[in-house]
Amino acid sequence: MHNISIIFQRELRAYFDSLIAYVVITVFLGITGYFFTTRFFLVGQADLSLVFGVIPWVFLFFTPAITMRLISEERKTGTMELLVTMPITDASIIIGKYLASVALLAAMILPTLIYAITVSFLGDMDPGPAIGGYIGIIMIGAVYLAIGTFGSSLTENQVVAFIVSLLILAAFLILDWTLMLLPAWLVSIAEYITIQYHFQNISRGVIDTRDLIYYLTLIVIALFMATRMLAARRKR
Amino acid sequence: MIDIQELTKVYGEQKAVDNISLKVEKGEILGFLGPNGAGKTTTMKIITCYMPPTIGDVTVGGFSVQEDSLEIRRMIGYLPESNPLYSDMNVVDFLRYIADLRGLTTDQNAGSIREMVDTCGLGDVLHKNINQLSKGYRQRVGLAQAMIHDPDILILDEPTIGLDPNQVVDIRNLIKQLGREKTVILSTHILSEVQATCDRVAIINHGQIVADSSLAELQRDLEGKATINIEILAAQNGIEERLGKIYGIEEVREVFPDSSQGRSFRVIAASGNDPREQLFKTAVEEGWVIIGMSREIRSLEEVFHKLTADISVN
Repeated sequence: MHNISIIFQRELRAYFDSLIAYVVITVFLGITGYFFTTRFFLVGQADLSLVFGVIPWVFLFFTPAITMRLISEERKTGTMELLVTMPITDASIIIGKYLASVALLAAMILPTLIYAITVSFLGDMDPGPAIGGYIGIIMIGAVYLAIGTFGSSLTENQVVAFIVSLLILAAFLILDWTLMLLPAWLVSIAEYITIQYHFQNISRGVIDTRDLIYYLTLIVIALFMATRMLAARRKR
Repeated sequence: MIDIQELTKVYGEQKAVDNISLKVEKGEILGFLGPNGAGKTTTMKIITCYMPPTIGDVTVGGFSVQEDSLEIRRMIGYLPESNPLYSDMNVVDFLRYIADLRGLTTDQNAGSIREMVDTCGLGDVLHKNINQLSKGYRQRVGLAQAMIHDPDILILDEPTIGLDPNQVVDIRNLIKQLGREKTVILSTHILSEVQATCDRVAIINHGQIVADSSLAELQRDLEGKATINIEILAAQNGIEERLGKIYGIEEVREVFPDSSQGRSFRVIAASGNDPREQLFKTAVEEGWVIIGMSREIRSLEEVFHKLTADISVN
C-alpha cells in the first residue's frame, strides 16, 4: 500500500511537472465548456445529457494520451529496470501508475463541476441524471484508463501504445453499434460486454451495483493483464 | 553470499549464458570481465531479479531469485548497464524517490541522502535536473542510487564508463573502500579496472566462464610459459636448432625486427622454466655474442585476449 502511494505520487508529479497535465486539462475544459454552454444558451435547457454523451467520445482520445507514457516510457528509457529491481511488487507499480492517471482524470473532470453548478443555478436541473452522469463518466474514464495502462504495458513505443489502446476501446464501441445486427439470444450477452450499455444505465441516474461491478471487473482484468505483461517483458 | 548454480539464459535461440556456476563470498570484490555480448550483463540482470533464469538458479544470502525475489532485491544495490535515470527529476528528488522505494523512513531518508551526496560528490548538482548533468555526474547519481540503502551487495554494471580519468580513480577508490564490508560484483571490459579494484576475476566469454581465480593466480597461470626474446651476433647457421636443444625450451622462432644488428629469436620455455641462464651458457659455448635478452611478462590484457580469443576460434 505504501509502495503504491510512492509510485502514485511520483507519477502524478511527473504529469504536472511535464506539460501533459496542463495541456490535457485545458483542452478538455475547452471542449466540454462548449458542450455545457451551447445546450443551455441555445436551447435553454438545463440538461447535461448532451455533455455526458460527448465526454465518452472525448475520453476515447484523451485517456490513451494520458496513459500511453505510463509504462512505455520507462521501458524505453530503461528506468523500468531500476523500478522492477526495487523491493516492490509489479502489481504495486501498475496500480500506483494507474491511480495517478485516474487522479489526473479527476483533476480534469473536477473543474467541469463549475459548469454544472452554474447551469443548475440558472435553470431547473434534475439532479439525478447529473449525479449519475458524473459517476458514469468517472467510471467510464477509469475503465478507459485501465485499458490504456494495459496498452502501455505492451510496447515501449508510446505512439503504438496510444493506437493499441484506442483500437481496444474502439472495439468496444463497434460491438455496441453491431448489437442490432446480432441474433436476439446474443444481444443480451453482447450488450453486457459493452462499456456504453452500462454507461447509459448510470447516466440515466440509475445506479445499479451490476454496472459498477462490471466496470470494476473490467478495471481489474485490464490491470491484471498489464501486471502480467510487465512480468512477461522482463523475461526477454 | 551469491551462489550461481548451473545458470543458463536463453534468448530465443541464442544462449546468452551457458551453464555457469560461480560463488562470491561476503566481502569479496569480483570483477566480471568479458568482451561485449559475453553474458556479463545478462548474469547481473538475473542476480538482481530483473529477469528469471531459463535453467538453474541463483541464491543470494540463501534466498532464491525465483522464489524470494523481494528479499533479494532488498539486499542488493544495482547500477544497471546504461545507468537509467529519471531525466525529468532533479538529483535530490530522484534520490528521495529511490530511498522511498527502498523503504527508508523519512528520518533515515534525509541521513542517507546526505551521506550519498557526500560520498559521491553531488553537492554542486543537488537541485539540477538530471537531464542537465554531464555523463560523469549522471554516473555518480547512478552509484548514489545503488548505495542509498546501504546494501550488503552491490552489483555494478560498468560503473566507470564515461567518466574522466580523475573520476575513474575516485570511483575505483570508492568501490575498493566499499568492498571492505560489502560484497561487490562489477563488470567491465576495461582490464586495468579489474587490476585496480578487484580481489578476484571471472572471465566470461560466449556465456561461459573461461577463468575464475584470484588476480595473482590468473596472471601466474598464464605466465607459465615464459617467452624470451634474444638477440645474438653470430655468423653461423643452425642457431635455431642449437637453441631448440636446450632443456626446457619448447619452441624457437626467428623473428626479423626492423632494427637489429644480429639475429633475433623468440624462445618459448615450458612452464616453470626460466631458461635465461642456459641460453647465456650456450651462447658462451658456441661463441655467440648476446646483445639483448628480455623476458616478456604477460599483462592481464594479454591473458584476457588469449582466453577470449581462443574460445571464439572454436
